[in-house]
Amino acid sequence: MKSGGSLSIWFFIGVSLLVNGIIIFAAGIYELVQPPPPETQVVLFQYHASVWWGAVLALLGAFFSWQFAPSRSPQ
Amino acid sequence: MNPALLLSSSTLVHLSPVDLIIIAFYFLLVLAIGLYLREQANTGEDFFMAGREMTAWVAGLAFLSANLGSLELMGWAGNAYKYGILAAHWYWIGAIPAMLFLALVMMPFYHICKTHSVPGYLKLRYGPGSQTLSSISFAFMTVLMSGINMYAMAVVMRVVLGWDIHFSIWVSSITVAVYVALGGLRSAIFNEVLQFFLIWAGALLIPILGLVEAGGWDGLKAKILTNLTEQHVANPGAYTHLWSTLGDFGNNPMGINWVGIVFGLGAVISMGYWTTDFLVVQRVLAAKDLRSAKLAPIIGAAFKMMVPFIVILPGLLGLALLRDPHTGSLLRLVPGDLAWSEAGRAQGLHSYDEVLPLMLARYCGPGLLGLGITALIAGFMSGMAGNVSAFATVWTYDIYGALINKNASDESKVRMGRWCTLIGVAVSIGTAYLVMNAQSIMDYVQALFSFFIAPLFGTVILGMLWKRATPAGGFWGLLAGIGSSVGMYAWVKVDPAAVKYVALSSQAQDQAQNMFRALWCWLICVVVTVVVSLVTKPKPDAELTNLVYALTPIPHEENVALIHRPIFWGLVVAIVFLILQIIFW
Repeated sequence: MKSGGSLSIWFFIGVSLLVNGIIIFAAGIYELVQPPPPETQVVLFQYHASVWWGAVLALLGAFFSWQFAPSRSPQ
Repeated sequence: MNPALLLSSSTLVHLSPVDLIIIAFYFLLVLAIGLYLREQANTGEDFFMAGREMTAWVAGLAFLSANLGSLELMGWAGNAYKYGILAAHWYWIGAIPAMLFLALVMMPFYHICKTHSVPGYLKLRYGPGSQTLSSISFAFMTVLMSGINMYAMAVVMRVVLGWDIHFSIWVSSITVAVYVALGGLRSAIFNEVLQFFLIWAGALLIPILGLVEAGGWDGLKAKILTNLTEQHVANPGAYTHLWSTLGDFGNNPMGINWVGIVFGLGAVISMGYWTTDFLVVQRVLAAKDLRSAKLAPIIGAAFKMMVPFIVILPGLLGLALLRDPHTGSLLRLVPGDLAWSEAGRAQGLHSYDEVLPLMLARYCGPGLLGLGITALIAGFMSGMAGNVSAFATVWTYDIYGALINKNASDESKVRMGRWCTLIGVAVSIGTAYLVMNAQSIMDYVQALFSFFIAPLFGTVILGMLWKRATPAGGFWGLLAGIGSSVGMYAWVKVDPAAVKYVALSSQAQDQAQNMFRALWCWLICVVVTVVVSLVTKPKPDAELTNLVYALTPIPHEENVALIHRPIFWGLVVAIVFLILQIIFW
């Protein structure tokens, strides 16, 4: 739904999730390659939540951004 | 200002550059949305009602998001730590029946009469007296709520990041003022939907990782039982049961019984809040048609049922898992006034309301921490934007347009709405400073609800369902309800022993007092409305068309497939709600 302009609210949400997901995924990969010292690691660090959660957000954001992109919306 | 002055000496976590990028991106995006939508807010309908063209999903998510302030997130996580799973009542019986009632019973009247606000409905139904009383009390409550939200957010920033409390208040509130003043309700709604997604994206990891660490739900319950037994807490099993300990005031940590929960919370306070508080109702009034307006609260209810997963569960996880990082012993959170006193800060104490940020810091590394903090900021902003946009509408239509300038043009109303947004933010900032010394944020809010919301529900519901209710009855009933609520509150403050009369038990605690006070003042409102109505002249039927149940032709939906009908989805939500009560009984 557009409700007020040519850009859909869902497109904004997609962009937000995509950007945040990519940043978090990249930060997670960096921590995977260069782990912080044990005394500064968060609890359950071994599960590398940043990597998989960042990937989930990025994929969801990519889908929303593509599905509701201005170029695909009926005018 | 020197940036160093904005930081206190001790902080829970330190943000990395990655976290700061995520937070900065969020601020840029909400401002960009406000700027983008400023061209679509030129008329009164656009600015105050978002053009009445929102789909059910957008209106429904905004309806819920406006309620998901940082106050909601942190305050109820803190209450879950303090009271256990009983806090979930405020999400289930304290929300779901009322949201379904709004959708299926009340929405047709709001939608068909095309009112701009709840006080606007009262004007149509009862006349200007009730409108003035409810609009002034609503405006008063709204700015107080907004200030409380603002304060709650600033506390998070201070605890988690060490940001100066005043700096947090001003930066976030100015951002809200800019995007709401530019784009009006449409901008507020767009940002609320965005914030809804960010809140879930940022907060969902805590319960997931928490349950992994605790060993699932059974492991969590066992750990809570062990920890509370170790601390000699009475009846520790009550922290993980929703209903089984509500037979008596003394059996549960909240000091309440089932009568207070079912009738005070479920039948009065939540009905009042979800069906007459214009902050949330304004979102569904912006729906494009009646079916969307009825579906929107049902969609909101479906997601509301899931919110305990990101709010109540982290509080329970805090009870089970939080330990002092230096000594390894159990970390016991304390009331805010103790934690934030000089002695409390010297000992490194944390308040109940800090449990969510503490859990965030426990599991979230760089990036995720930034998203979690963004979720809390987003919660604050959605709550504040809701308050400010509702305040601007009520002030412009029900106070300025009704009392000050009755011939105001559409253009001048939009101009007034923009100014009200800025003034509302300024007053909220002042309010934030006033509430800094409140002992418990949520208890304070509950007291406010019972002053205004419970009697208002009595007035509105009688107006919708009983055509004999008269203008005089509506006005005096509402006034008596508000007056009696404030009176009972003052009575218990002056003489704490009076609690045995107000809440029916000397063992009743703050939450129980609020529930029973709401119940009594609602009953007083209803009784006074009925009695005064019976001895005064009613409005003729012709003036009540589209305002009262017996005189409103409500469109039926026989030609719509079952799966598209609001009643079907309302039933689905109701069944899931009942199943949850049984599971956590």
